[in-house]
Amino acid sequence: MSALVTQNLVKRFGGVTATDNVTLSVEPGELHAIIGPNGAGKSTLIGQLAGEIAPDSGSVALFGETVTALQVHQRAKRGLARTYQITQLAKDFTALDNVLLAVNARATHNFRFWRNAHDDSIAVDRALAALNTVGLSAQKNTPVATLAHGEQRQLEIAMALATEPKLLLLDEPLAGMSQGEATAMIALLKSLKGRYPMLLVEHDMDAVFSLADRVSVLVYGRIIATDLPANIRSNPEVRAAYLGDEVAA
Amino acid sequence: MTTQLALSQILNGLQLGVLLFLLAAGLTLVFGIMSFVNLAHGSLFMLGAYFGAAAFAKTDSFLVGVFAAVVGAGAVGLLLDRFALTKLYERDHLDQVLATFGLILFFNELIRIIWGPGSIFMQVPDALSQTVNMFGISYPSYRIAIIGVGLLVALGLYLLIQKTRVGMLIRAGATHPAMVASLGVNIKWLNTLVFALGAALAGLAGVMAGPIISVQPGMGEPVLILTLVVIIIGGLGSIRGAFYAALIVGVVDTLGRAFMPTIMRGIFERNTADAAGPALASMLIYLLMAAVLALKPQGLFPTSAGAVR
Repeated sequence: MSALVTQNLVKRFGGVTATDNVTLSVEPGELHAIIGPNGAGKSTLIGQLAGEIAPDSGSVALFGETVTALQVHQRAKRGLARTYQITQLAKDFTALDNVLLAVNARATHNFRFWRNAHDDSIAVDRALAALNTVGLSAQKNTPVATLAHGEQRQLEIAMALATEPKLLLLDEPLAGMSQGEATAMIALLKSLKGRYPMLLVEHDMDAVFSLADRVSVLVYGRIIATDLPANIRSNPEVRAAYLGDEVAA
Repeated sequence: MTTQLALSQILNGLQLGVLLFLLAAGLTLVFGIMSFVNLAHGSLFMLGAYFGAAAFAKTDSFLVGVFAAVVGAGAVGLLLDRFALTKLYERDHLDQVLATFGLILFFNELIRIIWGPGSIFMQVPDALSQTVNMFGISYPSYRIAIIGVGLLVALGLYLLIQKTRVGMLIRAGATHPAMVASLGVNIKWLNTLVFALGAALAGLAGVMAGPIISVQPGMGEPVLILTLVVIIIGGLGSIRGAFYAALIVGVVDTLGRAFMPTIMRGIFERNTADAAGPALASMLIYLLMAAVLALKPQGLFPTSAGAVR
């Protein structure tokens, strides 16, 4: 069963069709990347997958269940975890507390809500494990505001992992990163590949072509091609619409 | 004599201060988290007093009265949030002010219909009707109890917001609602929970104030004004700020009313002083607010955009 399926998703803003009949899927264990120029409608698409934006027509299904009418938190409860194009972290919390927040948000039934968050060793252990996975163990007590940009992005991944997701939605995880930070993030995503189905929206071509199992190209809200990375590179339509300048550059 | 008078006035001020804190905590949380201006917060104070007085009269147990006030006001807050206010969160502050001002009129009229326009009497519970001797003065034990309960609630709120799992979600939800929702938390219910908690605290303040002020329709408005002064001085959204500001406002207001006429007599001649003293005393907290705003426009404990502390 596919982790994620959208059928004929359409979203219009006034006269602009931001999402134009988008049908795509993320298969179990697959890393499916979406590329597209600025204004292609990537953010609008992500919003509809996460539940922040209601589509005008079409459907979204998670693991076979139609979730088109469900809200953000309900989709999260069904195993969808996401990161943001612009990091969304509680800035005055420490790194550990941000991950604890994610553990606690998910585990509302298992633990008593009035418990001191730091006394709950199961939750703390789970948070530490997530920090360890992304390589931030040493920074656990560092306030988020003083973490480097790349570390903040890694922390977002840790938070997503801490919710014990079944599907990851990654919105430009490499945005604004230095070369070194990007290399570390790509290595991290590679280590997660296969363990979680992932939908990766990304600008960085090197990252996309080295990570993705399949690539979809979004132009003016429409998917013009979905294929293996190698085929996407050589697809003339794709080159004309999008890759042309960047590959040449 | 004067020291003793001053001491008992300071205690009166603290007692007013903790009551103001109970009201301000809820109001500042709701504003800090939901950016919602709730003028009807004073009505929840009034409802708490009426629920408490009614339950106390019926059962003869003050504790049952307190329970009825807290649970009753909390429940009204919960229903209010779910059915009346949800639609207003997206609107601008003027709409919120108008709608919640309407709620004030509604609740005052409702109370008039149910309990009549006059004030109803609420007794000090027997167990607390004595006075205690401390620092050379005798002071009503009921007022001591109010101060004690208020400080305990303040400590409890601090622990709840800063230490517990739900407190973490509340703090993070105040600044990053979308992120917290994406972690699987129903933000609407989290907001409702906060609103109901604030309402329950207002109800607690109402029932505790019942025996020392008159329980009557419209009793929530004067106290609402003071509460607004408190949360502005403390810094919108800051519980810690609300705590210190409530104590400052309570003490300054009480001491001002007690001593300002006497002080003025030392400066002006008697007639002028008698006229100006009480007037100046009632202006004192507004002058204080103006001074704080001039020096620290964000209040004493400013919170970064929407953060809760």
